Amino acid sequence: MTSDSTIILLGERGEIKPKPRGETRRFGVGRFALVTIALFTFAFLYVPIVVLIVFSFNSARTGATWQSFTLQWYDRVFSNTRILEAAANSLIVATLSTLGAVVIGTLMAMAMERYRFRGQSAWDGLLYLPVIVPEIVMGISLLIFFAAVNISRGLLTLIISHIAFCMPFVYLTMRARLADFDRSVEEAAQDLGANEWVTFRRVTLPLLMPGIISSALLAFTLSLDDFVISFFVTGVGSQTLPVYIWGQIRRGITPEINAISALMLVLSIVLVIATQLIQHRQRT
Amino acid sequence: MIQAFRERRSLRIAGLMGPGAFWLIVFFLIPLLIMAVISFMSRDQFGFPAPPLTLQNYGDVVKDIRFNPSISFAGGLNIRLFDGLYLELFWRSIWLALTSTIITLLIAFPVALFMSRLPRRYRNLTLFLVMIPFWTNFLVRTYALQFMLRGNGPINTLLRTLGLAPIDLLFTPMAVMVGLVYGNLPFMILPLYTSLEKFDWTMIEAANDLGANTLQAFRRVMLPLISPGLVAGSILTFVPAVGSYITVELMGGGRTNMIGYTIAQQFSASVNWPFGSALALLMMVIVTIAAVLYFRSGRGEQRAVL
Repeated sequence: MTSDSTIILLGERGEIKPKPRGETRRFGVGRFALVTIALFTFAFLYVPIVVLIVFSFNSARTGATWQSFTLQWYDRVFSNTRILEAAANSLIVATLSTLGAVVIGTLMAMAMERYRFRGQSAWDGLLYLPVIVPEIVMGISLLIFFAAVNISRGLLTLIISHIAFCMPFVYLTMRARLADFDRSVEEAAQDLGANEWVTFRRVTLPLLMPGIISSALLAFTLSLDDFVISFFVTGVGSQTLPVYIWGQIRRGITPEINAISALMLVLSIVLVIATQLIQHRQRT
Repeated sequence: MIQAFRERRSLRIAGLMGPGAFWLIVFFLIPLLIMAVISFMSRDQFGFPAPPLTLQNYGDVVKDIRFNPSISFAGGLNIRLFDGLYLELFWRSIWLALTSTIITLLIAFPVALFMSRLPRRYRNLTLFLVMIPFWTNFLVRTYALQFMLRGNGPINTLLRTLGLAPIDLLFTPMAVMVGLVYGNLPFMILPLYTSLEKFDWTMIEAANDLGANTLQAFRRVMLPLISPGLVAGSILTFVPAVGSYITVELMGGGRTNMIGYTIAQQFSASVNWPFGSALALLMMVIVTIAAVLYFRSGRGEQRAVL
């Protein structure tokens, strides 16, 4: 997104689809150049991350001279109540806003996919807008809004804002899923005597579950990652982890930040693996 | 009976659309509208919006623009017709965002091409390698890059150990550019890869058989087919780059100012909400126009082929 506001334009989470063709065709021209560029790019992407993780175990307080291996920065992270509070806030906000975004986004996708009504194309355009509006604009407009209606900033404003920017992503993911949905199974259920609610509960919902889980993981990651919007709608004592980290970085580097950053990296790796596993299971 | 059916139908649509529509209007559209209104307001002595309505905030943006042609060779060829503080700010933001998007594209394309041509097993592995930074917190990644490049960071420490002089790698326009490319690369590689992976290479052979040379085959056959990925990747890179805040602060130290950073400052350090709102509205208009034009051009390309 943020920054990462992101994925949807490319479908969902860069899902790996099996390719019909078998072996790679040989391509003589510039093969060496391609390999070189790719290697350098991956090195460029990973060296800073790896270096940061390595130095999170360095006992030197300042500078980048290696002294000795230590776990003390991790120890400090886990005994710092402000960090733990920020992490708890992040988890609360991510969980609740994921829940909200998934429910309202899915309902909206169902209305837009299954019915034709007046003003529909306007809604379609409107639902893309949060993807194009820069995060900073969304952040300050929400700050102004909460000030105008006199809602004091805190967890509530964070959750409201996170639902607002996660919902379009859930909507777009679910819309794609619903487009592939085979409605004859619903008709079959109704022919067999199920009423609409039972059909929804026992047929539609279970079939949509994989999509719902994917979009929930998407919303959860977007919410956990968000800094810019959170920065403007957060209040005293309701900092999320990225907002806390930002404050610490600006105050000057401490090795604790390296340790938190390393932990957050590990968390994203776990989330990526989880998504891949879920998608893999869906296919088989 | 049809009447009753219609009523039930519209009730159901309202029920499904209602919560989402409410959220989108109340917590997205209305805030933007309030921001637009505030951009036309004066400010009180604390910097907060106050009546009366005025055009002064927009006047402040353009007031020092003067016709002043100049050519300089500092940091490449610079030809300017006008100068002005905010004109320069907007220009620099768009220029940095555009250049970084092009550089990101030039790096990402060969990488995505390379990935898409690997045997399946390796393809999935490289895809995984792109997805990790894609899903990692942007702030954390930019911080990691800054940590690498800073004065007493690993690179300069290595240089000192080798007996070489340390180099200033941070807090320049170049550093901001590197930060933008670093941060946005995964957002460009992934959509490009998704398009390239679906691309059927026999089409190129067909084009060649029909007498097209490599460049023609690329331009007329490949480009239109991968343009969805190209458009998606460029927008995902350009939009955040124009409004970037984290990168400007961490890599540029706030010295290479960009519009997103200036807007943020109006809401924190120097409290001037009306002026900040005016800048934000102008930026939003520019980004939206750029995105719409780009979408259009992408679609035109596809139509030309069909």
